[in-house]
Formats: sequence, C-alpha cells, structure tokens
Amino acid sequence: MTTVESAPVGFGRMHRKEDARFIRGRGTYVDDVKLPGMLHGAILHSPYAHAKIVSIDTSAAEAHPKVKAVITGQTLAGLNLAWMPTLSYDTQAVLATDKVRFQGQEVAFVVAEDRYAARDALELIEVEYEPLPAVVDARRALDPDAPVIRDDKEGKTDNHIFDWEAGDAARTDAVFAEAEVVVAQDILYPRVHPAPLETCGAVADFDKVTGKLTVWTTSQAPHAHRTVYALVAGLPEHKIRVISPDIGGGFGNKVGIYPGYVCAIVGSIVTGRPVKWMEDRSENLMTTSFARDYHMRGEIAATRDGKIRAVRVKVLADHGAFNGTAQPTNFPAGFFHVFTGSYDLEAAHCSVTGVYTNKAPGGVAYACSFRVTEAAYLIERMVDILAYELDMDPAELRMRNLLRPEQFPYHCPTGWEYDSGDYPRALRLAMDLVGYEQVRREQAAQRAAMAGGQPPSTLTGIGVSFFTEAVGAGPRKHMDILGLGMADGAELRVHPTGKAVLRISVQSQGQGHETTFAQIVAEELGIPPDDIEVVHGDTDQTPFGLGTYGSRSTPVSGAAAAMVARKVRERARIVAAAALEVDPADLEWEKGRWFVRGDRESGKSIQELAMAAHSTVELPEGVEGHLDATCVYNPPNLTFPFGAYICVVDVDPGTGQVKVRRFVAVDDCGVRINPMIVEGQIHGGLADGVGMALMEVMAFDADGNHLGASFMDYLLPTSMECPSWELGETVTPSPHHPIGAKGVGESATVGSPAAVVNAVLDALKPYGVRHADMPLTPAQVWRAIQGRPFRTDLAISDD
Amino acid sequence: MQITVTVNGQAYTRDVDGRLLLVHFLRDELGLTGTHWGCDTSNCGVCVVWLDGTPVKSCTVLAVMADGRQVRTVEGLETAAGLDPVQQGFVQCHGLQCGFCTPGMMMTARWLLDHNPDPSEAEIREAISGQICRCTGYENIVRAVRWAAEHPATEEVSA
Repeated sequence: MTTVESAPVGFGRMHRKEDARFIRGRGTYVDDVKLPGMLHGAILHSPYAHAKIVSIDTSAAEAHPKVKAVITGQTLAGLNLAWMPTLSYDTQAVLATDKVRFQGQEVAFVVAEDRYAARDALELIEVEYEPLPAVVDARRALDPDAPVIRDDKEGKTDNHIFDWEAGDAARTDAVFAEAEVVVAQDILYPRVHPAPLETCGAVADFDKVTGKLTVWTTSQAPHAHRTVYALVAGLPEHKIRVISPDIGGGFGNKVGIYPGYVCAIVGSIVTGRPVKWMEDRSENLMTTSFARDYHMRGEIAATRDGKIRAVRVKVLADHGAFNGTAQPTNFPAGFFHVFTGSYDLEAAHCSVTGVYTNKAPGGVAYACSFRVTEAAYLIERMVDILAYELDMDPAELRMRNLLRPEQFPYHCPTGWEYDSGDYPRALRLAMDLVGYEQVRREQAAQRAAMAGGQPPSTLTGIGVSFFTEAVGAGPRKHMDILGLGMADGAELRVHPTGKAVLRISVQSQGQGHETTFAQIVAEELGIPPDDIEVVHGDTDQTPFGLGTYGSRSTPVSGAAAAMVARKVRERARIVAAAALEVDPADLEWEKGRWFVRGDRESGKSIQELAMAAHSTVELPEGVEGHLDATCVYNPPNLTFPFGAYICVVDVDPGTGQVKVRRFVAVDDCGVRINPMIVEGQIHGGLADGVGMALMEVMAFDADGNHLGASFMDYLLPTSMECPSWELGETVTPSPHHPIGAKGVGESATVGSPAAVVNAVLDALKPYGVRHADMPLTPAQVWRAIQGRPFRTDLAISDD
Repeated sequence: MQITVTVNGQAYTRDVDGRLLLVHFLRDELGLTGTHWGCDTSNCGVCVVWLDGTPVKSCTVLAVMADGRQVRTVEGLETAAGLDPVQQGFVQCHGLQCGFCTPGMMMTARWLLDHNPDPSEAEIREAISGQICRCTGYENIVRAVRWAAEHPATEEVSA
C-alpha cells in the first residue's frame, strides 16, 4: 500500500485530522451528550402491522415514580403535532392516533429519569388494538380488495401513491417491436437497511427563558432539519439550533426526521428539561429509513450479434406506510432513470408506480444515490441475462456497447447529460487487473470436467458490472427537497496570521470532511491543511445547505469550498497589488503567493497578505479589508462517476455457500482530493455490495411481522465474508466542477451488488440458472440449483 | 448493590441496579464514552472491552459481574509513553472512518497482538470476525493491525 509521508499542501494522501479524537475514544456522538438534569425518553411501538387503536391507558406509567411525562398521539394532536410532513410531501404519524400502519410504529413516548426506567414504564402502558388485515406483498397492494392503509387521507380508496415515467415510450416500443432479440426478466431489489452502527437519536434542550431549542441529533442534513422543525412546530427558525456532532455512520439512514426526534423535542418543552432519546438496534431496523424494495420488470432489445438497442422497465415501488422517501421533489423515483447505464441506446423508457404497504416508511437510503443503485443493478443484471441468452461473454458484450469517449457530453435517452467518461479504458483495466482470460480458462476447464461427468466440488463464477452514477444533486432550477433548492454555502475566514476557518453546510458521518475540505482550500490558497479548521454540523455556526447524502458533499459543497477560496484569493490579489504598488492585473498566482509578473522574487505569501489585509496598508477605494468571503454553489449539472467491477466467486454446489474469492474495482470519480479517503470509501461500499448480494434482506411474514429486526436476523458482512479488495483507478475530471471531482461515497455500493450477483449466477450457469433474486444465501443458491429460487422478500413458504 | 470495578487501573465504587449493563455502567456512570452501544445482541462489537484481560461484549455483561475485576477500555490504550501501536496503525492505515466501531476493534486488536505478535491476514480477520464495521470494508483495519504488529514499540506520531 502507499503510505503517507507528509501532509500535502493541497490534494494527496494525508492522514485524517479527525482521527486523533476517535482513536482515543474521544469522539462526541449524540449518545455521549450528557446535559445537567437530562431526562431519558423511550418509545412504545406497535406489535401489529395494521390495527385500529381502540384505547390507550397511560395511568400506570404516569404513576411510575421515575416517570416525568407520557406523551401519546392524543397529547400531540392537542399541539397539532400528531402528524408531520415527510420529505416527499406526504404526512407521517409522529405518534399514532387512529391506527398503526406498520409493526414497530411509534405509539407513545415516555420521559423518565433514566433510560432503564423509561423502558420499564413502556410495559405499564395498556393499548387495546383491533387487528386489521395487513398489506405485506407490494404486488397485491393495488388489488381491489386490498385494505386501504391511508384512510387518514380524505377520499383515499386505494394504496396508490404515484405514477411516474421517463424516456420515450413510443420510440422504445417501436424499437422493441422490430428487435431481433428481446429478453425480459422480473428482478427484485429487496428491502434492505443501511444499519449504521450508531442508531438514530437526539438530545433536545428547550430553554424556556430564551425560547431557544437546541437539538443534538443524528442528522445528515442539520440545516434542512432546522427548517422543517420551524415549519412543523411553529418555532422561529433563529431560535432553533441543530447540532450534528460526530455521527457513527449514516448511509442515508439519517436524512429523514423521525418521530423520536420530534418526541424528544416535545418532551423537553413539556418537562422543561433536556431529553435524550436513543433508539436501540431493533428500533433502528424496524422503524427508520429502509432502502430499495423495488420490484422491477426489465426488458432489453438487441441485435443477434449483441448490439443493445433499447431498455424498457416497469417498477413497482414499495414505499411503506408513509411516503417518507428523501429525494428531490420532481423525482419521486429518484434518479432511477439513469437505468440506461453506461451504454449507447437508441431508446429507453421506464414507468414507476409507488404503493403503500404495512411496512416502515422510507425508501431512499443505504448509499443509493437516489435510486441509482436500483438502476445500476437492473441494467447490469439485464445485460448479463442478455449475454446468457446470446451465449456471449458478458465482458465482451459490455465492451461492444459501452459509450465511447468521443460521445461525451452524452445525452442519454431518459434526459441526463453525462459529463465525461472513458468507459472502455476502465473496463479494460479491470479485466487486466483480474486476469480475465486466465480466470475464464480456469472456469472452462472446470466446466469441461463437469461435462465429462465429474461432480464439481466448486463452481467458479465471474461477474462483471459497469456502472454510471448521477450524483451531486443538484441544479437548483430542477432540484429541491420540500422547496429548498439543493445549493450549498461556504464561508472562509482567514485570520491575520494566515490560519483559516472554513464553515461548510454539509456534515460528516465518517467521510473525513475535516481533512478533505481543508485540502480543497489548501490546494486553492496554499495554506497548509493543518492550518485550516473545518466547522460543520452546527446550524448556528455554518451557512445553509442541504447536507450530506447522494454523494453530494464533494460535488456541491466541495465546489463551494473551492469557489470561496478563489474569492479569498482574488481579495488577496487586491491587497497584494496595494502592498506591492502594482496593478492587480500585473500579478500572477502560484500556490500560496501572488508575485509580480516577470519578477518572481517580488511577491507576497497568502499569510503575509492575510496580515496585510488586517493591517494599516492602504487599500484601494471600495476594498473593505480582510480576506473573508462567502459563497453559495449551485451546480450546473450532476456529476457522473463510473466504474468497472469484476468479482470472482467460488460456490459450493452441495451447500450453496458462496465465497467471494476476489473483487477488482476500477473507479473513476474524477479528480481525487485525498486518494486514501477515496479508497476507504470504495472499500466500504464493496462490503455493502457483498452484504446485499449474499446476506442482507428485510423480509416479512404474512401478518407483516418483521423478520430481520436484530443483527441476529439481519446479517451484515464481517471480515470473513469480505475479500481483500483490489482497486484500480482512472481519472476523467468533471468538466463543469471547479476542481474536476465527481463524488465517490456511494459508487461502490451502487456498482458492486450486480458484480457479486452476476458472479454467482455465472457460477450456476451449468445448471441453467438465468436469474435468482438477492440475497443469494446458501438456501437461495441451493434452491436456484434445484430450479426453484424463491422470493426473498416474503417469509419462505415451501411451495 | 455496591460494586467496585477497576477500570484502566483506577478503582470505582458505585451503587448500581443488578440489571445495569457494563456498557451503560462505563458510559453513563463513569463517563467513559469511548465504549459504544450498538446492538444489544453481541453481534456488532462496538462495545468490546477487556474483562480481566479478555475481550468481552459489554452490552451483554452485567456491571455486577465486573465487581472486583479489572476492565480495560479504549481510554486505557494510550499510556504516558504515548499511543498504543494499534492506535497509531489505525491512523497510519486509515483503519477508521466514522469511528464508531474503532474502540472495540482496537481492543480486540491489542488482545490479538498480545497473544500473537505476528498474525497473518487470516488470523486478523478471524480475530475481528465477531465485530462489524460499516465503513471500511475491513481492508484497512486488517492493514492497521498488521502495521501495529510491524511497529511494536510505541512511537511518537502526529495523531
């Protein structure tokens, strides 16, 4: 591995500034916040997926000596807070009043002196339920006799949420009508959970004297949360301070506002004391934002020799009981319409129907880049299925259809403008790194032995995936969440001695912003990163912006950091001109200083200029002094990272056990600010892919009982399931981003599941297996070999 | 009931409920918040501490079970001589991102190196297999532990 020798003044490998506290156990996560007089909250959850609430008796709980308050939906209704808006213009119950609509739904909130007493008191609350039939299978949600889940919405007589489409249906149908080869496949991307190791929680502290509410919370979007609290609770926005301290992983799980946050706030207002609410693991898995749950039917049209012509997709999207997805308003299916992937198509069309079911709300989470994950999985499975039908090598089929470098900027059939790319180069590099021909030869020998009647002890599979992401939401004229445009601010102050403070609107859940954002400013100004403090995650201290998710920190806020540094640089130029008594136009910049053109010796460093800007140096008319600047970055387009992944697996045909032998990942995320951090993010996403492909699923039984409600049942990959990752890189800068960066936080999570699944199904090809849904557990693999793979999202029934 | 637990060499006497978990005792009673609470079912390992020299998951150990015994937490890794090589290794090799699993991982790594100073990659992977990391894909954790094995003497680093 490459080691870090010394900190660069700008881009390059550099140890993280934040590590010093974490390796000493001195991070400050929400559950580490302890305020004087702090009380503890706990939530009573519904045991039923769908039931009428007949009555709630809280008297015994209220009589508990350590209980300070019991809050129910009725209490909240009195404050007009029983329902809150979701990020998708729906409503969600904070605490249920009329019905519970998923197992685990929040019913009551107890505030007590300690966390154990609060949970004791939950046992004392008597709720009488009248169970109702539950809608568990999304594919039955629109049946005429399906129970109506959202009867709270006036006039609602079904479980339909939205229909949405992208692309040209007529043109796509026309290509399909005359295509030589058409292949169709039902593909499920099952419901999974981001499962950050730190669960969600909040400490709310309402000061009755000042009227100020401070909320320490697990939020990936503190500014957006503040605005929503202001709109929901009617509190003035300047009297709300949201602090996202150190966050123990987010992955999209911490974008939304959960009932527990609101309850903690109400609890603090009611009791006049700070209230902490921290969910446990089961609460996290059962109630907070899940991901995926896309039931897709893909069709691909091609020529007999493997030229892909068109793709058509129908999606049934299970959004749970409340439409709580977090995505730009105009895009109810997120950026799923980037499903045309990395290929040169004549036409494409998708239609998406969202439905309510009796499951937890959510849908956009788990490093999904606003549904790009589902899109990449769909197209990469379809291409492999086409390869299967045409009996072609899947890498060769991809190479034949990849966009060529000269086609960029590329206008895809569903409306995106891909900014830049050299796809064949990335795929060739991945094939070289894995030794593609060699592994295929090994597999061929194995299959020949099988054909000769020798029972196989191991089935080797090779899976290829090529993905294109659309990240960095987004251009304000097209993209907003609850009316808030997706631009981000930055403020840069340079102190007289040349040390600096950068205040950013995005917030880190482990991405290392305190390091990389300092490096961005260092690159632009020549101030060493160690001399730059990065402040984030506190709405009182940072400019407005929409937060960290959808791989948007570097594409949007990173651009803001570069632009604000350039403003400072221009201010420094004016100061330099005054100090050196020359015209600003006669100055040239080299990293860290302005000098007089043609006289390199005559110049001033940025540190000297910072002091001069604060000094008595006479500045030109209209120049205020100081170097400080602010800016807001409104991206002109999304950025389009891409990559080529190849996975090699060994499958035991006797047990169905899959071992990931190798995983090669070539990523192109444009310019890399800190390659060490980029590689770390890719490693993490690759592990996600192994988890989703082989282990993770949130399934439900017929009554809507959650079958993955703890880490004993919801299986996450450990060091034993993950291979040693092999990375490669190409660099194709984004032409429209100030530093050419594209974002990488979710690339590997987007690209890797298909590579693993394609590898396993490639291994099973001798058995005639064309497709089986994730997760490819030993049971699923074994049943696929028997020719009867099952639906993984429902309780296993032996058919 | 009253218990006395020695944590990182210092004895603490407290009155606690019999049901209080060790993880909450450390965090809420002693303010040692470097040890985290993650899953309640002994699956994730963010709560790993040493009990009489052996790593345990403190979310499934009662505080009273630690009465009269020695506990070592992440706060006890750094000594007057400086950072533990495991701590340095995690910085050097980017073995952490969000930092939530890191204390537990480091406690297991220190135990492994005390018992096997030159572990192979496979041995490191097995040692941490009862713990989950959601950020690193384990690659750099394994490298961090190897780094610590190769740099056994505590050295000054700029962490």
